Amino acid sequence: MKSWLAQHGQAAARALGRLARAPFGTLLASIVVGVAAVLPAGGWLLLDNIERLADKAAVLPQISVFMAADASADDVAGVQKALRAKVSGVQYVPRKSTLQRIRALEGMGEVLDALPDNPFPDAFIVTPESDDAQALEALKAAFSQLPKVEHVQLDSAWVRRLNAFVTLAQTALWLLAGLLGVALVAVTFNTIRLQILTQQEEVRVSRLLGATTTFIRRPFYWFGTLQGLGGGLVAWALLWLFARALAAPAQELAGLYSLEFALHTLPPQAVLCLLASTAALGWLGAAASLWRNLAD
Amino acid sequence: MISFERVSKRYLSGRAAVENISFRATAGDFVLLSGHSGAGKSTLLNLLAVIEHPTEGAIRVNGEDVTRLARRALPYYRRTLGLILQDQKLLSDRSVFDNVQLPLAIAGHSRQDAARRAQAALERVGLAARAADMPITLSGGEQQRVAIARAIVAKPLLLLADEPTASLDPAYARDIAELLASFNRAGVTVLVTSHDTALFEPHCTRRLVLDHGRLMQ
Ligand SMILES: Nc1ncnc2c1ncn2[C@@H]1O[C@H](COP(=O)(O)OP(=O)(O)O)[C@@H](O)[C@H]1O
Ligand SMILES: [Mg+2]
Repeated sequence: MKSWLAQHGQAAARALGRLARAPFGTLLASIVVGVAAVLPAGGWLLLDNIERLADKAAVLPQISVFMAADASADDVAGVQKALRAKVSGVQYVPRKSTLQRIRALEGMGEVLDALPDNPFPDAFIVTPESDDAQALEALKAAFSQLPKVEHVQLDSAWVRRLNAFVTLAQTALWLLAGLLGVALVAVTFNTIRLQILTQQEEVRVSRLLGATTTFIRRPFYWFGTLQGLGGGLVAWALLWLFARALAAPAQELAGLYSLEFALHTLPPQAVLCLLASTAALGWLGAAASLWRNLAD
Repeated sequence: MISFERVSKRYLSGRAAVENISFRATAGDFVLLSGHSGAGKSTLLNLLAVIEHPTEGAIRVNGEDVTRLARRALPYYRRTLGLILQDQKLLSDRSVFDNVQLPLAIAGHSRQDAARRAQAALERVGLAARAADMPITLSGGEQQRVAIARAIVAKPLLLLADEPTASLDPAYARDIAELLASFNRAGVTVLVTSHDTALFEPHCTRRLVLDHGRLMQ
């Protein structure tokens, strides 16, 4: 066990030595890997922020139920009772208070004065317990059937649209990540192929000196893994820079919609996941290259 | 210790490089293998090191037919050999010291142990002072001595040297011959190929002469 660790340590040191001996090439390869990794990672970060925003904007969807203009107080009471029977969160918004609220808005007073009557109907704002789309549609249909109910509206439609978009984008992101993963493997495949070519003499001599296949392959695996890890670090650094550069404009934009919003950078688990993925892909590229380019 | 039993090697190109070779050598022998250029000396040595495989015959080392070694077992057999081959140069991107240490790293020795043994091996060939230098800065004779240090550092049972004095000045060549003889006196079985028979004559206990791939009596 101890000697196994020591041998890995030596192989890692050799791989690091090879990386350090060609600093420019190493940097270039890390940047290629990093840029490839930054696309899915950045996409994930973007979606993560959008999701947080959506969560903040509407915890639960709401349903507005509008009464007909000629509904009597009894009708309103009847509907209220019917709504309460299904959902506990029911808020009554009388037409008078709506009128007052709108009248207070700039410029609306004159418009309303020009009208002969209060144009607003009595309304209820219903907050269902479930945010399941099908359940919401069922409630909407049920409420529409109530007497003297003119119109029922799902207020959270935009949130649901956003959520649908996020789901779609997440799927696209996984596909993109898969493609770029293949690209990362291909990049490492090629650098390891070149490494094998430049280390040909060492491999040949090592074989004659009794090196096992494992011993010969070990530094190449380390090389691929470390290069992948370097790429992951580059991607992390790029994301951090992007997030910093975008933080102020994002805040301003959110301010326009009076949303409280701070751009999040990658959480520690996501950073670990990013580094582990790029390192694993580097290892995979090395494995493929060794299988193809280094016969035993 | 070594026994060749009716060994023939035919390269793909056609004519047999060595044909129907049979001989025995015992532990502690210093075997000199001579013959004209193209006689098959290198081929015979490569067969013994399992760098080439014979077309026919068996080669036993301590009773085991090494030509039938499993792929997994081959590295461990190679570690019992000290190889000094003509085309097996020192690694140019490593110091003399690291070159000599390589067989020990391969065999899984600890770093300190490897360093101590490599230092001792370099002292043995008189190059301890050049440990930190790169091989390119050494003369041909010195490089050959480093190659010998690398071959003996892991204490092989069998030292195989293919034309170890070729392209060396006579004084250097004598050095090398005496060095190999000193390892032989210390108990290592040695097999050397050379067309300079006079140089090794005083040291060897067995003489084999190849002529067009056949062993002369
Ligand atoms: N790899 C090879 N492929 C084809 N022919 C070879 C190969 N190696 C050696 N030979 C041939 O085998 C014969 C013996 O060569 P070699 O063993 O190198 O002789 P020596 O070492 O005595 O000069 C020569 O005719 C040589 O051309
Ligand atoms: Mg030869």
